[in-house]
Amino acid sequence: MCNPSSDPEALLSVGIDIGTTTTQLILSRLVLKNQASDFAVPDIAIAEKEVLFRSRIHFTPLLDERTIDAEGVRRIVDEEYARSGVDKAAVQTGAVIITGETARKENARQVLSALSEFAGDFVVATAGPALESVLSGKGSGAADYSRQNHCSVLNFDIGGGTSNLALFDDGEVADTGCLNVGGRLIKLSPEHVITYISPVLEGLTALSVGQGVSREELLPVVNLLCGVLIQAAGLAPQTPLLEKFITDKTVSLGRRTPVLSFSGGVADVMGNSPPDWDAYGDIGVLLGQAIAASQLMKAPHITGAETIRATVIGAGSHSTQLSGSTIHFHDAVFPMKNLPVLSVTEEEERSPTLSQTLRQRLRWFQAEGGGTQVVLALRGEANPRFSRICQLADAIAEGFSDQLAAGYGLLIAVRHDMGKALGQALSYRLDAHTPVVCLDGISLQTGAYLDIGMPAMHGSVLPVVVKTLILT
Amino acid sequence: MNKDELQSLVAQMLREMGHPVAQAPTKESAAPERAGTAAQDGCLPDITQIDLRSQYLVENPKNPQTFLALKKKTPARLGVGRAGPRYRTETLLRFRADHAAAQDSVFSQVPERFYRDNDYVFVKTKCKDKDEYLTRPDLGRRFDEENAAVIQRTFPDRPKVVLVIGDGLSSAAVEANAPDCAAAIRQGLQTRGIPLGKTLFIQYCRVGASEHIGELTGAELVCMLVGERPGLVTNESMSAYLTYRPRFGTPESARTVVSNIHRQGTPAVEAGAHIAGLIETILEKKASGVALRQARA
Repeated sequence: MCNPSSDPEALLSVGIDIGTTTTQLILSRLVLKNQASDFAVPDIAIAEKEVLFRSRIHFTPLLDERTIDAEGVRRIVDEEYARSGVDKAAVQTGAVIITGETARKENARQVLSALSEFAGDFVVATAGPALESVLSGKGSGAADYSRQNHCSVLNFDIGGGTSNLALFDDGEVADTGCLNVGGRLIKLSPEHVITYISPVLEGLTALSVGQGVSREELLPVVNLLCGVLIQAAGLAPQTPLLEKFITDKTVSLGRRTPVLSFSGGVADVMGNSPPDWDAYGDIGVLLGQAIAASQLMKAPHITGAETIRATVIGAGSHSTQLSGSTIHFHDAVFPMKNLPVLSVTEEEERSPTLSQTLRQRLRWFQAEGGGTQVVLALRGEANPRFSRICQLADAIAEGFSDQLAAGYGLLIAVRHDMGKALGQALSYRLDAHTPVVCLDGISLQTGAYLDIGMPAMHGSVLPVVVKTLILT
Repeated sequence: MNKDELQSLVAQMLREMGHPVAQAPTKESAAPERAGTAAQDGCLPDITQIDLRSQYLVENPKNPQTFLALKKKTPARLGVGRAGPRYRTETLLRFRADHAAAQDSVFSQVPERFYRDNDYVFVKTKCKDKDEYLTRPDLGRRFDEENAAVIQRTFPDRPKVVLVIGDGLSSAAVEANAPDCAAAIRQGLQTRGIPLGKTLFIQYCRVGASEHIGELTGAELVCMLVGERPGLVTNESMSAYLTYRPRFGTPESARTVVSNIHRQGTPAVEAGAHIAGLIETILEKKASGVALRQARA
């Protein structure tokens, strides 16, 4: 069917990954298309993701072991933007991710503010192991492989300080985990003198800083790290050793025997012709080779389509999602950033006392962090009656009346396709100048944060980024 | 040859071919093992309640999860297995049930309480009954003088928008979706400050009745919610046809259509909210259908 109204529109998205070891940037183009015919309600989706520019891979500049050199990072990004030839003002969405051990470093915020001129208003800064795992799993191609082959895939994104685990069932995220296993837990001088040992290895090795070592002396530590991965992959029984390396949690495999997938810098040195073992002044090459020779390779496995760039591609190409295509917004100013999510249980949502529940939750929010604009997350229903929409709208308007009186707008994200109807019903009930935004097709949990970008495709969709952690 | 002779002949042939002979239905043979078809307390389960997208009947499948994942994307009757070269009984019965439901929705009437309870103004086209409606599309587009007068009385002052509900080819679609959809349209127009009068219900209605309504009322826009020709997937699908300044001779290309409004497609309330927005756009651009698309491009 001829369908000229669905001319593609594209979003230019940036991904910046400041990892324990490397700093990278990519620019990608997200093509939006209306997939519905002219005779139906629009259905707009990200139809294509094309990486336009890949930066060089830089070592993350550090002032000392604990502090990122914010100015150094700024210079790298500046230089790479110039090389790409893309006007930084044209970038519409994306994510800056401070990954791995560095995320815990206190100057993360300083780094983000140093980058604000490039990241612009539309780009979100984010960190947190769960999101990082999801993005690296998607960026590596593991999620696609899982979807295309209808199987479970467990991706290990093995970086300098941490390994991010993401488990996908049929392309959907099933679980995530993060382990303190990486190629730069031990660093060496060119003369093979140990310059750094991560505190994670305390009590697990007799090696110490200042000591000269041979390749063979490093192997026990490397094999130990490889053993941790084997346990996490479910190929050996879990022991307390695994627990020692867990940063937040590991994945729960249940009954699955997933296909294993590897990305991250260490995955790059798992091949047949590795660089010299000491090429990077760390144990990364040894770890890669240990994995390549281990049990992990006896299980069904793939190498990610992207390895060292998996996380940055995840940040640039996979951090943005689109709302449903029939949504409502009125008098709202975009972009909106760092909106905390307020959610209610399914039972509470159905209960006639929903408005009281909302009041209570809002009070709780206020006690936590003062008056703030929140996003209400609802499930909704697959095919609600109009009377149900009215009931919900009444309950929400009533529950949020204090917030509305204080000058806040109403932001709602519903999972089922009913956002436009609900938003319209709310606007009907409220003062004509009250900002109302009602999205659908988005699932949110309490504890998450939402960023909403500028409307696209003649205002029919909003790009959104869901974050699990913000740096404030 | 009488019926008994025929039956014994068939039974003999089957025995010779090595098939067990079907007895008069006993509890075991009439109730196959498959869950959902067994008679309980003299009541047969309603096979049309089974969601076809989650039903997979192939025996000993290699990878049922994957097939079911694919089935989620289509209402087609795939993965139904077979008995020799034919459908299995369950599949055949379901096919016939869906077909019967489709036919029923064409031939049944929207009950009086539908337009009475919802406070719609009842009119009918020139068709005198369903048969005439089906065989004479031209009569389904025009009103006699009596009904024309009702329409003119209902909309005396050149309304901006006239909202009508027509039974069309599926009364089931209209009953299931039109009230929720119309309520959402009404609310959407109210928030946009677009006036809307009473809602018309038209019996024996074709989309082309929009033109006569335009002529009779001078309406700037007619929005018609009408039952779609039912198919085997659903008999509850409704469409909205929006025509800017419909008058006799307005071409079909001047209609903006929102189709597939039903519980498995676009939900009625969401479609209603969308249509309210479309109405605003059409009034603003003073065009619908192909002309609207060109105006927006």
